[in-house]
Amino acid sequence: MIRFLLRRIGQSIAVVFLVTLATFILIHLLPGGAAKAELGVRASPAAVKAFNIANGYNRPFWDQYVFYLNQLIHGRLGYSYKLNESVSTLLRTDLPKSAYLSGLALLLTVIIAIPLGIYQALRRNKADDYLLTGFSFIGYSMPTFWLGLLLIAFFSVYLKWLPPTAPQTEGIGGAISDPKAMVLPVLTLTIVGVASFSRYMRSSAIETLAQDYIRTARAKGVTQTQLLYGHLLRNAILPIITLLGLSVPALLSGNLITESVFNYPGVGLLFWSSAETRDYPTLLALTLVVAVFTVLGNLIADIAYAMADRRVKLS
Amino acid sequence: MSDVVLPNSADDSDAGVPEKASPRGSKAILEVFLQNKLALVGVVSLIAITLFCFVGPIFYHTNQVISNLANANNPPGRGSPLGTDFVGYDELGRLMVGGQSSLEIGFSAAILAAFVGVLWGAVAGYFGGLIDSVMMRIVDALLSIPVLFVLLLMAAIIKVNQLNLTLIVAFFAWLVPARLIRGETLTLRSREYIQAVKGMGGGAWRSIFVHIIPNAIGTIVVNITFQVADAILALAALGYLGFGLPPPAANWGAMLSQGITFLYAGEWWLIYPVGVLIVLTVISLNFIGDALRDAFDVRLRRR
Repeated sequence: MIRFLLRRIGQSIAVVFLVTLATFILIHLLPGGAAKAELGVRASPAAVKAFNIANGYNRPFWDQYVFYLNQLIHGRLGYSYKLNESVSTLLRTDLPKSAYLSGLALLLTVIIAIPLGIYQALRRNKADDYLLTGFSFIGYSMPTFWLGLLLIAFFSVYLKWLPPTAPQTEGIGGAISDPKAMVLPVLTLTIVGVASFSRYMRSSAIETLAQDYIRTARAKGVTQTQLLYGHLLRNAILPIITLLGLSVPALLSGNLITESVFNYPGVGLLFWSSAETRDYPTLLALTLVVAVFTVLGNLIADIAYAMADRRVKLS
Repeated sequence: MSDVVLPNSADDSDAGVPEKASPRGSKAILEVFLQNKLALVGVVSLIAITLFCFVGPIFYHTNQVISNLANANNPPGRGSPLGTDFVGYDELGRLMVGGQSSLEIGFSAAILAAFVGVLWGAVAGYFGGLIDSVMMRIVDALLSIPVLFVLLLMAAIIKVNQLNLTLIVAFFAWLVPARLIRGETLTLRSREYIQAVKGMGGGAWRSIFVHIIPNAIGTIVVNITFQVADAILALAALGYLGFGLPPPAANWGAMLSQGITFLYAGEWWLIYPVGVLIVLTVISLNFIGDALRDAFDVRLRRR
């Protein structure tokens, strides 16, 4: 177990290094370099040169990379010249909001998708399974922005029940104090989430139902309830751990599309507006942060999976 | 699918990949695939959509380059069966042109990605050791960068056209097949016939191209179908975020997101036909992918 842990952590560190290298190369791929990106395409050669010297862009590649890493280790993610704020400050206000939105949606997704998938597996290839399968196929074949806007059209414009935009306040407090405005964004994310989670749950439960120990348990006369909770659920739920791990980046970076549909000021919306204004330092820093969270999410999921299922070979 | 009985496949249930290359095997796969009615619906509608997009314009001529504002936002009827859009393009003709680019980008990106991914995964899995570690860490690193973020970043840096949009989508799509094929290669390389190739002096490339890749073809084909579906949805998302192909080029994603602007004006013909086409295409691909996976998976067949 310890060896497995050390190996997985070592791998994750290597991956994080590669990610920093990738974002660093992206900075250098910018047309005209970072200087043109910051000062505009019409910047004079003298201004570009001054900027490059001031920011160390005239130094050798590896020298710059080490400097970049050093900055990152000290928590300096970069500075948004367009918003005139450091990226860390921007993240401090936006990360909790994204986490709140995606966290709520993820919680609902798990609560709905697990029983739904098991139900479908038990009723496999019956009419209601086909109907639910049809819905989940439509759910994840639909562009998220279209789903969100249809929900707005129905609940906000036609029924006039719910506001069409998410809470517009700066901090997370506003989002918590205005639950009505959170309904539609959370609903959108939950529909998309349930559509894919329940498919995984269904196939995992079907696979589990075909195992010999289920047949043995049935033959021994185990009641349906015991079979469900004691045998089926505990084994079929394992893939959900991996899916949850994969959802960690979404939890923290928010969902870019949903945030922009409902104008919910989180990390996703920040990224989009940065892309529109070509705010490269913010774009690169956010890409890096989300990538690091993804690596962490995968690591946690792997460890959790190994602990939950002792049959997994730790090699 | 339960009436195709395979003898005694229980003992290798965790060994994974079954033999697939024999003609009997491919006939059985086709049989199982054809039994799946959803898959047939998927194949038929995908063919219909492809014909609509690529053959349709031959019979239904429209001008999709020069716009005519005098005809903007016409409701269906009067020479344009599905109305006109907000700059006066004929909507039905636009659906065909937009579908062409969506399908072309989706399919070429998925196939390109499968090609690179399969080679990468097979090499990493076959050689193992340090090569494997380095190659797979690169995959992990790229996989951990959120795709939509990088698509936006790239679209902000470069001027988007169909070729580089395909390349960008493919650049992130090869990672998943690489991982899958590496996994398959790990199980395949310990098989007797690979050992036999080694024993008889066959090189690494012979093993990879003649034995490993053909045996992993099921995984590859299934993955391509899902990748096309994902690519079409990713393109739609990009179009919505305003980073799609510039006009007069069209794609379904951009058309849908522009149409949605007119949601409150009641101009449904700009929203529902294109939305339904996207959903239909993606669902068809998913049906086909699911059925192919079942057909290739012998373990499911014995149930």
